[in-house]
Amino acid sequence: MTKATAAIVGPGNIGTDLLAKLQRSEHVEVRYMVGVDPTSDGLERARKRGVEASAGGVDWLLAQDDLPDIVFEATSAKAHQANAPRYAEAGIQAVDLTPAAVGPLVCPPVNLKEHLTASNLNMITCGGQATIPIVSAVSRVVPVPYAEIVASIASRSAGPGTRANIDEFTETTARAIERVGGARRGKAVIILNPVEPPMIMRDTVFCAIPADADRACITESIEKMVTDVARYVPGYTLRAEPQYDDPRDIWAGQARVAVFLEVRGNGDYLPPWAGNLDIMTAAAARVGELLAVAKKTAVEA
Amino acid sequence: MSTNEATRDLRITDSTLRDGSHAMRHQFTEEQVRGVVHALDAAGVEVIEVAHGDGLGGSSFNYGFSKVDEIQLIRAAVDEATAAKIAVLLLPGVGTVENLKAAHEAGASVARIATHCTEADVSIQHFGAARDLGMETVGFLMLSHRIGPEALAKQARIMVDAGAQCVYVVDSAGALVLAEAQARVQALVLEIGTQAQVGFHGHQNLSLGIANSVLAFQGGARQIDGALCALGAGAGNSPTEILAATFERLGISTGVDVQGAMAAAEDVVKPFIPRLPWMDRSSIVQGYAGVYSSFLLHAERASERYGVPAHAILERVGEAGYVGGQEDMIIDIALQLSQERELAAEGAR
Repeated sequence: MTKATAAIVGPGNIGTDLLAKLQRSEHVEVRYMVGVDPTSDGLERARKRGVEASAGGVDWLLAQDDLPDIVFEATSAKAHQANAPRYAEAGIQAVDLTPAAVGPLVCPPVNLKEHLTASNLNMITCGGQATIPIVSAVSRVVPVPYAEIVASIASRSAGPGTRANIDEFTETTARAIERVGGARRGKAVIILNPVEPPMIMRDTVFCAIPADADRACITESIEKMVTDVARYVPGYTLRAEPQYDDPRDIWAGQARVAVFLEVRGNGDYLPPWAGNLDIMTAAAARVGELLAVAKKTAVEA
Repeated sequence: MSTNEATRDLRITDSTLRDGSHAMRHQFTEEQVRGVVHALDAAGVEVIEVAHGDGLGGSSFNYGFSKVDEIQLIRAAVDEATAAKIAVLLLPGVGTVENLKAAHEAGASVARIATHCTEADVSIQHFGAARDLGMETVGFLMLSHRIGPEALAKQARIMVDAGAQCVYVVDSAGALVLAEAQARVQALVLEIGTQAQVGFHGHQNLSLGIANSVLAFQGGARQIDGALCALGAGAGNSPTEILAATFERLGISTGVDVQGAMAAAEDVVKPFIPRLPWMDRSSIVQGYAGVYSSFLLHAERASERYGVPAHAILERVGEAGYVGGQEDMIIDIALQLSQERELAAEGAR
């Protein structure tokens, strides 16, 4: 079976973990790992895993005779903004793990089908990947006028990029709760917790729902969605049954469902408590696989 | 510079209308805000903080929705004040620079940016924005008991380098005992004292808000927080009226009129608060186990809903090391405790 070929740009923790995941794929073959620092450990790690690695940056990648079908960008928003048009020009489909949001916001079990042929797909945020499936699971059953998520992550798993611009996380996630999750209004909160040993990523999703909503039907939809996400993030679990609260005046007469999630990482390269990083790489790998399958189907057709 | 500012030894910031928002379940009305601001302003309090208890943008399922939009309350406070500055609190991760801009537009002139005591670097963008807006800036290192004085001072340094003009030792759990509070203030003064002031924000969970504040002043703190009738999270804050009275007796000038502050507490605040902050079992547990004070009412609500004691929930929160903002974990813990109780009951049968 021919696999789609791929490059990973950005040989840091995320890029390395993504490589480990994609090397298990039946549909994607990672050919290149690309960085800009010749002393990068990540490039050396990739070579040991049998992948051609270069510190020559995107210039080097685009100069190869054999260009990849897909590029995964695990650098920074700024770098991706500069690289995105070059990938597009070279006809390489880009999966963007940075907050650049050049292309449509994508969450695999929710809206990937609509964007399989997009030249650039954005992976939103870690909190978005963890919670938007649940918002969508509720909004496909009843109208959701408002959804709110709280993502708690281990302090050690928050990199300098997140720390320098935490507003970008809350604003991007809130926007995606609306556009992808299907809530009329979205709000996102992120909390960094420094406790040792580090806490496993936790996410809580609150959705306002109509007073007379069919709660059994919503719970069923949520449970089905959790199974779908767990296909690519095995440590994605409900901590408890969805919790329903009766309507209150302060909630504009709406009732509420609260969903408590734990996201335990797969421990490929990143530690299991860094579920926030794992769900990004796992979701990106999932997108890569489905893009590869779609390409193959298109060729065969 | 007001005459107050030239002659006083320390500045009291009143947080009745922000930390007190927790105790009010975020149900302040515009009339209450106007009444409190009018009384504090008349008593010579120079800075009055107004916001949702969890800071700008805190109105939510997780923390509780505000009855009246905080920007409307800020606007009313600004309108009511003649000399006092109106301050706002912002927790990066909960609120954003956009929220701060809206508060500034409504007339707020002091930005207090709060992070967990080990996470100061998430506030850098917000201090930058606050300074660009021309606001006075204050850093808030929450749950300061969780790390030692030197480590805390390093975090204060990050905030000052980012633009903070004062950094507070914030005893969010009311867990610091006397010398522990003072040592942290002294470490901050040593680290940032030539460039910025140091402040102290106390809670009454172990009944030490005033005593810690006096020790903080003696350790070099020049900004101290209080709230009328102690109205605040947990067992409440250091009461502003007692801070004013105690410092006056010590010969330390705050610029606050003691009679005016007592009248504000007794005649304006006490009549509208649903219950006086008190050191009950749950709030003592918060001080004793080092649990974020605003978790109190959330634990009480979860206790009612899931039939497990609030103090047991709070003890478990302390063991888990949850930080400010993780109110959602209270429901999670209540669910766990209730499952454990069911299992134990089944085992007994």
